[in-house]
Amino acid sequence: MTKLLEMKNLNVRFKGKRTVHAINDVSLSMEQGETLALLGESGSGKSVTLKTLLGLLPPKRSEIDGSIHVNGTDIMSLRGKALQRYRGGEVSMVFQEPALALDPVYTVGHQIAESVMRHKGVNKAEAMSTALDMLDRVRIPSANRRLHNYPHELSGGMRQRVMIALALACRPRLLLADEPTTALDATVQIQILLLLRELQKEFGMGVIFVTHDIGVAVEISERIAVMYAGQVVEEGTTHEIIRDARHPYTQGLLAANLHDVARGERLNAIPGAPPALEVRPDSCPFAPRCPVAMPECAAGLPPLHLPSDRRRVACLRAAQPLAAE
Amino acid sequence: MSVTDTYQPLPDTGGPAQPLIRVSGLQKYFPVRGGILGRTQAKVQAVDGVSFEVKKGETLGIVGESGCGKSTTAKLLIGLVEKDKGEIVFDGHALGERLSLKDLRRGVQMVFQDSYATLNPRLTILDSVAFGAKVQGLDNPEDLARKMMDRVGLDPDRFAHRYPHELSGGQRQRVNIARALAMSPRLVVLDEAVSALDKSVEAQVLNLLNDLREEFGLTYVFISHDLNVVRYISDRILVMYLGEVVEVAPVESIWHEQAHPYTRSLFSAMPSMDPDNRTKEPPLAGDPPNPINPPSGCRFHTRCRFASAVCREAVPKLSGLARNGDHMVACHLHDAESGHPKAGQGVPE
Amino acid sequence: MAMAEATSIHAPEKVEKSKGYWSGVGHRLVRDPLTMFCLAVIAALILSAVFAPYLGLADPYKGSMIARLKPIGAPGYPLGTDEQGRDMLARLIYGGRLTLFIGLMPVVIAFFAGSILGITAGYVGGLTNTIIMRTVDVFFAFPSVLLAIAISGALGAGIVNSLVSLTIVFIPPITRVAEAVTSGVRKLDYIDAARASGASAWTVIRVHVIGNVLSPIFVYATSLTSVCMILAAGLSFLGIGVRPPEPEWGLMLNTLRSVIYVNPWLSALPGVMIFVTSLCLNLLSDGLRSAMNVRD
Repeated sequence: MTKLLEMKNLNVRFKGKRTVHAINDVSLSMEQGETLALLGESGSGKSVTLKTLLGLLPPKRSEIDGSIHVNGTDIMSLRGKALQRYRGGEVSMVFQEPALALDPVYTVGHQIAESVMRHKGVNKAEAMSTALDMLDRVRIPSANRRLHNYPHELSGGMRQRVMIALALACRPRLLLADEPTTALDATVQIQILLLLRELQKEFGMGVIFVTHDIGVAVEISERIAVMYAGQVVEEGTTHEIIRDARHPYTQGLLAANLHDVARGERLNAIPGAPPALEVRPDSCPFAPRCPVAMPECAAGLPPLHLPSDRRRVACLRAAQPLAAE
Repeated sequence: MSVTDTYQPLPDTGGPAQPLIRVSGLQKYFPVRGGILGRTQAKVQAVDGVSFEVKKGETLGIVGESGCGKSTTAKLLIGLVEKDKGEIVFDGHALGERLSLKDLRRGVQMVFQDSYATLNPRLTILDSVAFGAKVQGLDNPEDLARKMMDRVGLDPDRFAHRYPHELSGGQRQRVNIARALAMSPRLVVLDEAVSALDKSVEAQVLNLLNDLREEFGLTYVFISHDLNVVRYISDRILVMYLGEVVEVAPVESIWHEQAHPYTRSLFSAMPSMDPDNRTKEPPLAGDPPNPINPPSGCRFHTRCRFASAVCREAVPKLSGLARNGDHMVACHLHDAESGHPKAGQGVPE
Repeated sequence: MAMAEATSIHAPEKVEKSKGYWSGVGHRLVRDPLTMFCLAVIAALILSAVFAPYLGLADPYKGSMIARLKPIGAPGYPLGTDEQGRDMLARLIYGGRLTLFIGLMPVVIAFFAGSILGITAGYVGGLTNTIIMRTVDVFFAFPSVLLAIAISGALGAGIVNSLVSLTIVFIPPITRVAEAVTSGVRKLDYIDAARASGASAWTVIRVHVIGNVLSPIFVYATSLTSVCMILAAGLSFLGIGVRPPEPEWGLMLNTLRSVIYVNPWLSALPGVMIFVTSLCLNLLSDGLRSAMNVRD
């Protein structure tokens, strides 16, 4: 079976007043129906990776190289009609702010139907019944009535459900989710996470879920790739990342979650801030903040340590068990 | 001279037994205006009958979802929003009686969530930090500002003459903390002060806040939606729902047992952090109701699994649990005389 | 984890050299050739008008019946003469004095008056805002040209009356812009933070509001100067502004109108002056707008 996603040595550089090396040599691969969380902080390149996958980066200002295949299709070569068919058909996206991503002047039913008509070439009536079916599937109560609501008439959680219905209406093979629960309240966030988990099983699609919240990543994903300074520093199953984090940055993130820190105890904070990426990192980008850095860390990019199948850690120390903690 | 010596807080009155701040029956309704004449068409019941006190040196955490009134409460505490009803008493002096708004702001300061929007883009960091101290007529405001910048981890020689947009989010939030502390307050209201920061930076700022509390003998009101952070920093936690206090208790007590069904749902909504034991079912369905027309009786009854007729009619009173009077909850389940079929039994599993 | 170890190789954070706001604006302006060119043209016009008596020009009031309507480039008259035989170059340069004065002064006065009204309305809000803004709205019911003509007509011709009427015309739009930007800034957290410091309303306005609203108002006012010049010229053209024999571009355009078939280039000259000045002012305000943008 073809891989759902095969991304090899992706590099993205933004030009302009200041050059930013947003993505530096990122490779990712996903099997069909897998759920991968891209975990990282602001500026780590997680959102840029998603945008690259949808071909949404401004062509004049960005330099992209590397190869990306989704279901065997080379998406870097897609142009015009083919690109439009790919976006929303093969791959679709759920955004952080549904209030901004939905069009305020059309009813939600109209927006879903519109997308179905465009991609599936069915007539209006059929598209509307698909829309209704989708609203049911995202567990919107009295979907029939909601079909004729405008986005502003819905609550935040409801709008995010509509956004998901819209993204899934054309049965994509890969769903990209860019922090879709960050703007939501805690009790609503967990509803949306569980809904996505159920829909993923139901539709059998792959999901790439971008988040900065390690707890959210645990709830949603089977695999986690931790990004830092435009690189994947550690990848593995959720279990491996949570139970056996090898990269000092991942360990720092886990500690910063405060999940099991005693009250008032001094936190092992990662000092400093991420690099600005004006130049391409030629050594471990985390070394300046790393509690266990060695002189060798500044000498060159760390080799990938591969403890098991589909597990990797970009750290010199990863081979040896860490003395920390 | 160290920065501790230049800290000039208001003198203590009433001794340690007197709460630093006490609010009772606090109410704020925001009018929703519409039409050509801008008449009030509805009222958002942002804060309704909120009472609590914060002891000297204590950190009170306030949690709740959007629309629960936690930010409005913060702004009421420092007089940025004018209260409709209720009383604010700072160290024994009631606002509006023996305490003017300006004096209140001498004793209470605030750190906001958005570190960029809180800083005037046209002022240098030093000017921003020194502004409040100047306004309050403290001695040597610029000198004080430099010392405070140094104390929060910003080298004044490097940062004093920079502008907010040249700093990172974490650095800007340090500026905001310095700005608040330069006025030598006794109470600092932190409204989602670390929420917008990256997790790794958040930990640095939390460490800093803990250090500053000790060094200057500060009292905090810490508002956040992140329960882990609130637990880490607070002594007591206050839970709000639709403008009302539903539960307030010492951290250990509430972490051990959430007495209000809403608090319990809020705690269960936290991601599990355990890949082998992920959340199976969302604790609540739907979104919080609109605070414009909050439900009658107990405001949580529309989403509560244990709601009965009495919950729709009578407003539950906030009162101490039988076995632990410090743990206060507003729920008919805990009130033996409420008339709830399961009254007095506590929240069923 | 051992933190001491970490600090030893802790990379220094990026240190950027920072400049003052206005030096940054100046720096960006200097690098914009078009704006600099326009600035030079306006400066040249203003300087030549101010120093006209020292430029060795002919008397702009002295006519000569035999030297009427000399074409451009005639010996002794580089830009020809008008219908009364007065030197056009001298009249155009002297004309700049009145035209620029009447074109700029109303905007300058309206800039101050409108800013005070608008900032007050925007910051205080409530009833004060309603009273100021609804009063201002009344003026928006009339097109600015008609309003200027009506007020000037009522007050009678003359330089002072033109100034008054044009000032009244420009106060409402500036007030409205000032109110809009102020109420935008008023909502920002740093205003709340400043109020929470215990600062009085006046201190908050002085330190935190004015600096952040003045540049958009200023840019807008700059863009109005060209409109004002054209209106002023229009009033003179209609005979309710400056009275002859004063040299003024609008008035000159009016009097030369009759000779448009005899010497079209000559009669176009005052128009060219108005056009060039207002174009330069417009481009200058565009340049200022982008130079004053702090965030990049």
